[in-house]
Amino acid sequence: MKLEGRRLTMKKGSSVPIEGELVKSDGPISFLGDVDFRSGTINDRKNNLYGQTIKDKVFAFPMGKGSTVGSYIMYRLRKNGCAPLAIINTRSETIVAVGAVISDIPLLDRIDLGKLCTGQRLRIIGGKVEVL
Amino acid sequence: MHLTKEERQVLDGKEGRGRQKAMEILETLGDIFEAKALIPIRSAQVSGVSYKNLGDAGLEFIDDLAKDCKVSVTTTLNPAGVDLERWKEMGVDKGFFEKQDAVIKAYSKLGILPSCSCTPYYDVNVPNMGDHLAWGESSAVCYVNSVLGARTNREGGPSALAAAIIGKTPEYGFHLSANRRAAVMIEVENGIKDLAALGYFVGANIGERVPYFKGIDPKTPLEALKPLCAALAASGSVALFHVEGITPEAKTALKGLKAQELETIHVDLADTQETAAKLSTTKGPVELIAIGCPHLSPAELNKVASILMGKKPRPNGPKLWVCTSKVSRNKAKSAVAIIEKFGLVLCDTCMVVSPIEGLFSSTATNSAKAAHYLVKDGYGNQKVRYGTLEEVLSLI
Repeated sequence: MKLEGRRLTMKKGSSVPIEGELVKSDGPISFLGDVDFRSGTINDRKNNLYGQTIKDKVFAFPMGKGSTVGSYIMYRLRKNGCAPLAIINTRSETIVAVGAVISDIPLLDRIDLGKLCTGQRLRIIGGKVEVL
Repeated sequence: MHLTKEERQVLDGKEGRGRQKAMEILETLGDIFEAKALIPIRSAQVSGVSYKNLGDAGLEFIDDLAKDCKVSVTTTLNPAGVDLERWKEMGVDKGFFEKQDAVIKAYSKLGILPSCSCTPYYDVNVPNMGDHLAWGESSAVCYVNSVLGARTNREGGPSALAAAIIGKTPEYGFHLSANRRAAVMIEVENGIKDLAALGYFVGANIGERVPYFKGIDPKTPLEALKPLCAALAASGSVALFHVEGITPEAKTALKGLKAQELETIHVDLADTQETAAKLSTTKGPVELIAIGCPHLSPAELNKVASILMGKKPRPNGPKLWVCTSKVSRNKAKSAVAIIEKFGLVLCDTCMVVSPIEGLFSSTATNSAKAAHYLVKDGYGNQKVRYGTLEEVLSLI
């Protein structure tokens, strides 16, 4: 299956494929509060990914929410070596987009997350997502 | 979004890593919001200053950025977590102060004025009608758009910083005249005096739409709209409003719109009274009275002093924080002397962004915005008593 969305960050060199395992949050994510920046673990008890890590995974969630400090938490994840491999959104907003830019995380949006599920292996090229 | 040749060179890193990252932020936001181009801005106001909000993550980012770039337009700072000179009197520990000091030094290294106020539009960063800006701080955004007729979106800390470094912002949202028209009509019943409660009620009901207020007394001084701005932007995400007979763009706000096309919300006195009552979570005694969200002007400092004159501090009464900017404090020295018989006139900070949760457990305030944030678990952790300025100061 191939899905086509929009590539928002790390456009340069985006023809080089990124391959990784998907973790998908059913609800929006606030990086401030929902994600432990020391480990990359989801620590929001209400989230379906509670206890799982986003480190080196393709992290999919509908959109960002909450404090703009979330962008800086993403930066901290990168510095701690716990950043996700890439992020896929239904609709990206300012907090996650800015966080992805400053943390060098490839970001795609306009992808139908209903077609994806946790555990799948994905290949991302530009704005395209292929389920392997 | 279209970039000029010069802008593309910045994006390619020809002017260093910091400017490259800043341009990447602007380009990405431009793409998301489908802006056609970048436009020059006259000034920026950067939020995300208190160490309580930024943490080490934000400090690290600003420190890294300050290594190889500077802002290119007038840029001012939002309040910090402490009064940088009187943090000991606030009861804040040295560890917090040192981190806060490091944040201010990093911002200063970027060429940003360490004004540490949410009302820079009074003195150090004064926008004119029609100026394009990139401002953070939701109450200030609402004030400069609505009351001064300048043009800014609601920026977050990093996006305002990126715009300040490049001197430009993507042209979308409130930079475009079409998006500045009214989207919802608010009919205000005669006799509503608590504009903070009015703003809080309306903000909670309209989200991010642009309201047009009818029925607010046209003799209301512009300054009295400040609590309205702060409340609209706290319970809702309002960035711009119009008031018939008062604000500069009210005349054009309804142009081309038919009255029946606009949803109308009628607000009566009971709505604002109910809102005010809900903002309180205690009716009992409080440990702190906090005034100055947003920061007080010299005239407002005089008003506080005139209410306090003739009162006497009680030995075990609540502490008092009155928050303002350095400039306003210096302009109202005699008022400050009177107020300081009762408590502290603090600069650089406010109750919302200070580490208040470690200092007090209950606070009275006349700010709907402050009440909104102070009550939150894991943030302000306060029992809140909300009232008008006179009511709150009567607790002294």
